[in-house]
Parts: sequence; structure tokens; C-alpha cells
Amino acid sequence: MTTLSGAFFGVIHRDLSIAMRHRGDLLNPLFFFLIVVTLVPLGISPEPARLAAMAPGMIWISALLATLLALDNLFQADFADGSLVQMMLSPQPLWLLVLAKIIAHWLVSGLPVVLFAPLLGLMLSLPQAGFLPLLLGLVLGTAVFSLIGAVGAALTVALHKGSVLLSLVVMPLYVPVLIFGSSAVQRAVDGMSYGGVLAILAAVSAFTLLVAPFAAAGALKVGING
Amino acid sequence: MSSQPLLEFQALTFERDDWPLFSDLSGAIKAGEILQITGPNGCGKSTLLHILATIEPLNIGTLRWLGEDIAKCRQQYLADVAFIGHQAGLKSALSPRENLQWLSKLHPLSRCTSAAALARIGLAGFEDVPCYTLSAGQLRRAALATLCMTQARLWLLDEPLTALDVQGIADLEALLLAHVENGGAVVLSSHQPLANPAVRTLALDAMAEAAL
Amino acid sequence: MWQWFHKLGSPRWFYQISGKFLPWLAVACVVLIATGVVWGLAFAPQDARQGNSFRIIYIHVPASFLALAGYYVMAAAGAVGMIWKMKLADMVMVAAAPLGAALTFIALFTGAVWGKPTWGTYWIWDARITSMLVLLFLYIGIIALSRSFSTRETSARACAILALVGTVNIPIIYKSVDWWYTLHQPATIKLSGAPSMHPDMFKPLLVMILGFYCFYALVLLLNTRTEILLRERRTTWVKELAEGK
Repeated sequence: MTTLSGAFFGVIHRDLSIAMRHRGDLLNPLFFFLIVVTLVPLGISPEPARLAAMAPGMIWISALLATLLALDNLFQADFADGSLVQMMLSPQPLWLLVLAKIIAHWLVSGLPVVLFAPLLGLMLSLPQAGFLPLLLGLVLGTAVFSLIGAVGAALTVALHKGSVLLSLVVMPLYVPVLIFGSSAVQRAVDGMSYGGVLAILAAVSAFTLLVAPFAAAGALKVGING
Repeated sequence: MSSQPLLEFQALTFERDDWPLFSDLSGAIKAGEILQITGPNGCGKSTLLHILATIEPLNIGTLRWLGEDIAKCRQQYLADVAFIGHQAGLKSALSPRENLQWLSKLHPLSRCTSAAALARIGLAGFEDVPCYTLSAGQLRRAALATLCMTQARLWLLDEPLTALDVQGIADLEALLLAHVENGGAVVLSSHQPLANPAVRTLALDAMAEAAL
Repeated sequence: MWQWFHKLGSPRWFYQISGKFLPWLAVACVVLIATGVVWGLAFAPQDARQGNSFRIIYIHVPASFLALAGYYVMAAAGAVGMIWKMKLADMVMVAAAPLGAALTFIALFTGAVWGKPTWGTYWIWDARITSMLVLLFLYIGIIALSRSFSTRETSARACAILALVGTVNIPIIYKSVDWWYTLHQPATIKLSGAPSMHPDMFKPLLVMILGFYCFYALVLLLNTRTEILLRERRTTWVKELAEGK
């Protein structure tokens, strides 16, 4: 018989091994992240003071776009080869398998972005005090991006040209995370306490973690018949 | 063997944006039966199989598993159903063995090991190569290997003969026969007639014409 | 109760009943809006600081109210359609999306026109304006999603899920935007306590708000009726209707 944990870890293990076999694809969102941030001084000014003022917001926006780019692939490939249907027909609850997919997806797309962010902070002359809240905020924030994004990815899974639509659907929902995340960094840079803002961000992530897997599972049941 | 049907469907009507694919379709599948759905392209064979597998939501009609409404016993039902669609559900980056291993985390595939299943379906020696190197027919066989392993009583197969060669078709027919002799049941869609004499057919084109 | 509920769910019954309400609603809408417009534009006193330009609130405020309320109407209809599989609720949801988006756009547009003489610029990143803009994006997401599915049923389900996710998110979005921009004007109309506006300015506004609610209901009904006819065009009752029987 199949077990809950077996199915859960089976899906994570499968998705991670597939990701490891397409290592090149893993780097693409990171390079995207890097290039967008490189465009900022080119488009605005290389002056460290001006860059530092924009750094928290620019890094957060680029991180948002980079995770959005990777979101497309969350369910689409599984839909195309039929393995998504096999997951939906498992006697194990779908939300659990969806959560497993989201976790695997975050590990290969969100986490690298988080780990890459300090480097970009250096490039944009982010003051020292901003690094810790940037890292902590991005850990929470990219998790929310993946969780909410999963609902959008599930709804658009069967649609041709779904990726632009996916961005359109999902981006307005990212607004609170962007606001809290970048202002936590800003506050730290300005020498204010940022613990409270990060706590709100943590609360938003916890709430999203509770709700999003169910919403995404429901969305998948609808989305595959698109 | 009890005479109660495994799966019953009553008065199934399916319309896509008011366009009826089929209407008032009823029937039952008992243990030991093979039901073949026939009909021209676009008559709703795949849709019917998707409805039976509960992938496509039911508009009108009822589905019963062992006499109970499927809405109430979906988990038990899914634990007793093996579905193979047009897309077999194999990840091309993984080998057949790895694919069967993760599928067995989701479905009750414990009748035999993946190696034995692959050998039986004629893929011995291909266990550990990535699936993208396999031909269409070999991929189909790899998907059918799940049937050797599954403990599900009801098999729902959408065009299982596609891409199979003569030997593959014979292997599949032997599998189906062994399954129904063990008290299982099969619903499959196909244009080609099967050699198995126990096959009952359900022609969907006649239904559609009758509905219009 | 349940019988009534199911009757209400029948598009045909709804079409017939709503047809009887329509003229009354249309009359109420015209009377209220005409009264409000004439009263507000011609008789209400000038604002001490803003002069005549403040009069755009007679459009701006009701539109902003309904823009947000419309999202909840849409989400509620979507939820009913999803939970009770009621076709009619799906149709209401589909009808509510463009209407809400249009009202949101009107609120934004009038806000910009109002902003030019008041703040000297068409656009400022004020908290309420920004929230309204995000709301417009939420509407656009739903409309875009609804147009990309091949079957109406799936489209309605998908939009309902997205609308519900949006509904959960809207309070968080509004709070976060408020927090982000803490320097916005205090809300002028409070449900409890006396309005801070002069009563002579406030009364026509109230009439306009009522008029806009009637207008919303009217257009939602008309949109829903169109959607009903479109979806049920193959049924005999719609064919009979079309033949004028």
C-alpha cells in the first residue's frame, strides 16, 4: 500500500532528481536575476549612493521576477507527459503532493535566488546592515512567491501561452510580500528595527502555507480540463 | 465471483459548451469483463474514460463503485483503479525503473518488482537508460509495465495499442486476459478489434447519432 | 427555502423574474442619478479650498465604493457557483468582472482628473489610489483568465478560485499599501460617527451612491441576462424567446 509520507517524499525525490539532470535549467533564473540587477546601474547611475538607495527594492523586484520565470515549469511539464494525472489519481491527498512539488520547486528555484542575493547586494552597494534582513526576508518571501504562484500555475497549466497570463494573474497578489520584504531591508539600512516587519512577513508566509496547497490542488482539478 | 458490478455508470451526459458529446449513457462493468469503447475520433472516448477515472468532473449522471456513489468513496475507488492515458506519465529524464519506483509511491504497485515487470513487458536491458532514449513503442511498454505491478482491480486504458508492434499487442492482450481471469476488469478505448473473445464493445458513435 | 434556492438557480426562472424588476430598477437608477447629478453639480455649495473641482467626488466616491464591493460580489457568486454547482452564480460572476473593472477604471480616472487641480499632478502614489490600481490588476487577471479557457464551465471554476484567492488577499494588500503609504488623507466618510463633510455636500453624495448601487444592480442584471441567453441559446425556451413567441 502507498503511504502519505512515501508519496510526499517520493514526489520531492523525483522532482529533485529531475532537476539535477537538467542542471543547466537551474542556472537560468539566476542569470536572469544577475542580468536584471546589472541593468540597474547601466540604466540609472553607477553612483554608489543612488544605487544603495534603490538596492532593497531592486533586489526584491528582480528576485520576484526570477521566481516568476521559474514558475511556469512547476506543473506544465508534468501535465504534458501525463504524470500530473497520475498524481491526481493517487489515493493520497492531492494537496500533499502539490505541497511536495512546491517544496521541491522552491528548493531548486527560490533557494538559489536567496543565496545569490548577497552578491547582488554587493553589486548595488547595499549597506552592511541590510544583508541579514534581505536574506531572512527573501527566504520567507520566495516561499510565498512559490506558494501563491502554484495556484496561478495550476490554473493556467493547460493553457497555451499560459506564462504571460500566469504573471498577470499572480503578480498583483505578490504586492504585500514585496512591500514588507523590501521595507524590512530599508528599515535596517535606515537604522530602525526590522523584526516587526519580518514577523508580519512570517505570518503571511505561514498563512499562505496553510491555504495555498489546498487552493492549488483545487485549481489543478479545474486547470487540467482547460 | 459476486454478480455485483464493480463500476456502474448511469445516465451519463456530457456536453462541452452545450455541445453534447454523449447523453444518457448507462452501463456496468463486472469482474472478469473487458469493455471496449469504440467510435470515430472526437466522439468522446477519451472524455468518457476521463469521467470514469474522475479526472473530468461529472456534469449529469452517477458513477457507482461497488454500489456506492463515487463522490463518497473516491479514495477507495482510486486505490483500486489503474489509469493510463495518451500521455503515459513517464518522466523522460528518468529511467523506466525510476519512473516505476516513484509511481509505486503513488499507486499500489506491489504485485511484483519493477525489474520483473519490465522483463515481462519486453524491456529487459532497458531498465536504467533514460526514457528519452526509448522509442515510442518502448515508452508505451514501459507504461504498460505498471499494469504488471498494480493491484488495482479496474484498469482504464486510453488507446493502449497505440505505437505497439504485433508482439507488443499480443503481450498486452495476454496481460488483459490474465487480469480478467483473476477477477479484474478492463475498460479500454481502441479502434482496432482485440483478439480476446470476452470483449464487450460500447460504440459511442451510435450513441451520439441517437442523441442528435 | 431550498426549493426557493434551486428555483433561483434556474437561469430560465431568473431571466423571467429579473425581466419584471428591470424597468423599476432602471427608473430608480435614472431618477436617483439625475437628482444626484443636478443637486451635486448645481446646488451643493462650493468647497472652501477646492472650489468647484471637488464636485467630481459625486462620481469618484460611488465608483470607488462599488469597485471594491463589486469584487466581493464576484467572489461570492464564484463561491456559490463552485460549492453548489449553480450555473446561474457562474453567470453572475462572469457578468460582474468587466463591470467591476470598468468601475475601478472610472474611480482611477476621476481620481486623476481630480488630482490635477488639487495636487497639481494627475498621478500620485497615494495609498488609496495605489490600492485601487492593484484592484484593477486583480480584475484584469480574472478577465484575462476567463477569456483563455475553451469551455465556459472550466473558465467559471478557474475564475472563482482566483477570485477567492484574491478576496483573501485584498485585506492584506490594502493593509500593506496603507502601511506603505501612511501619509494619506483620513477617510472622509465613516460609517459610524458624523460625516466630516458639510451636510449640504454630503446629501447629494448619498443620493449618488444609492444611484450607483442601482446602476450596478441594473447593469449586472443586464449582463447576466445576456450571459444566460448566450449559454442557453440551444434550449427551447431561448429559441421561443428569439422567435418572439
